[in-house]
Amino acid sequence: MNREVVVTGFGAVTPLGVGARTLYERWRAGVSGIEDGVGRCTEFDPTEHLSKKEVRRADRFTQFALVSSDEALREAGWDEELPYDADRIGCLIGTGIGGIGTLEHGKETLMEKGANRVSPLAVPLMMGNAAAGAVAMRHGIRGQSYSILSACAAGAHSIGSAARMIQTGDADAVITGGSEAALTPLATAAFAALDALSDTGISRPFDAERDGFVMGEGGAILILEDAEKARARGATILGTIAGYGASSDAHHLTAPRPDGAGAVQAMKRALEDAGYGPQDVLYVNAHGTSTPLNDRAETVAIKDVLGSDVPVSSLKSSIGHLLGAAGAVEAVATLLAMRDRIAPPTLNYEHPDEGLDLDYVPNEARTLDSNGHPAIALSNAFGFGGHNAVLCLEAP
Amino acid sequence: MATTTTPEAVEKTVYGALPQFGVEESDISRDATFEDLDVDSLDLAELSQIIEDEHGVQLKGDDVAKIKTVGDAIDLVVNRAA
Repeated sequence: MNREVVVTGFGAVTPLGVGARTLYERWRAGVSGIEDGVGRCTEFDPTEHLSKKEVRRADRFTQFALVSSDEALREAGWDEELPYDADRIGCLIGTGIGGIGTLEHGKETLMEKGANRVSPLAVPLMMGNAAAGAVAMRHGIRGQSYSILSACAAGAHSIGSAARMIQTGDADAVITGGSEAALTPLATAAFAALDALSDTGISRPFDAERDGFVMGEGGAILILEDAEKARARGATILGTIAGYGASSDAHHLTAPRPDGAGAVQAMKRALEDAGYGPQDVLYVNAHGTSTPLNDRAETVAIKDVLGSDVPVSSLKSSIGHLLGAAGAVEAVATLLAMRDRIAPPTLNYEHPDEGLDLDYVPNEARTLDSNGHPAIALSNAFGFGGHNAVLCLEAP
Repeated sequence: MATTTTPEAVEKTVYGALPQFGVEESDISRDATFEDLDVDSLDLAELSQIIEDEHGVQLKGDDVAKIKTVGDAIDLVVNRAA
């Protein structure tokens, strides 16, 4: 009954560089994008991709989304002309915080120079929906566009909701993903105050010595299309959003439920939505933040749903935690990995922790065998507030 | 705040500010329209702040709606200061 939703393009800007394939290939090779305890997009120079005016009109998180969207549209073959009526294309881009750099700069101006000096651009740049609005405007998208804010689950929620937009018939295609640029003094201090950040500056998900997450920034965009229409226009199919499941912990503002029940629910729903069983899952792209609580609860949840044999790894070991962009960046990397039948590695994994006994694919990528079937993966994203969003992704 | 609001001084301020908004310096003239320069209401709000800072003249929304060319903006500021 459900319409099939396929991915026909993706783009990314991450601490591993500019480009979706750069992200995946460097992660697979074990490269780390973390320097001095931060996952910064050091290879990203907005002026290489955007005009002076566009750069001024966009907070950094919007810049990531704009540049990722250009790459994604090119790959989908949309760059010359939209393949569908613009009214039938949506744009749904998640973020955890939005333009916090703009907000902080505006507050400084207010305090130092007075209210009359605050920039008229402050609101349109800081608002959480700025990336969705800017991407829709850049490409002339006139269907539904908005932003989802669900902390570190925002990217995955957006992709799942975008798939639903197509399945319900509200759109033929959706530009979707997530973006975040929160390596700012206030955001960094605030996460540190929560004791959520790694003191050592090392992202080592599932390792016994993990001591918190490493902050990262970046964005990723995917082009989702109604499969029938995509095939009719001869598009190259990169993968399928086979299923989507979401739930809430109703437990604590920042801590996950220790029994992982909310995560279990979301994973089961994603599988059920896809029509697959636990035995079909070839790989799990974990939320794997490198915090003591997440990695333990997520391990419990994965075991509950899939057992102990499935390979599990975390991209955050290579680029840190991209907050509201994480789910989108991880979906892109997972789809590319599934295409190649590869489980990319969990970097910095050295010391097994008691009770954390899954196959975390330590430090080196591994070849997977799908026995001639499509490669099916789950990609987990969990956010402060108790939000859980899980995508079931499939590569041909 | 600068004390002079001669046409030359205001022109210098405006010509100096426009490139910040992505306008090519070679395109700027008194006769150039803001529309042609791709200077929109958000840019004009910023330009108003810069003018107020330099010349102490406040431009309100109604003023901004009236000005079409770079010359209009300069003349309005000069007249307002007189």
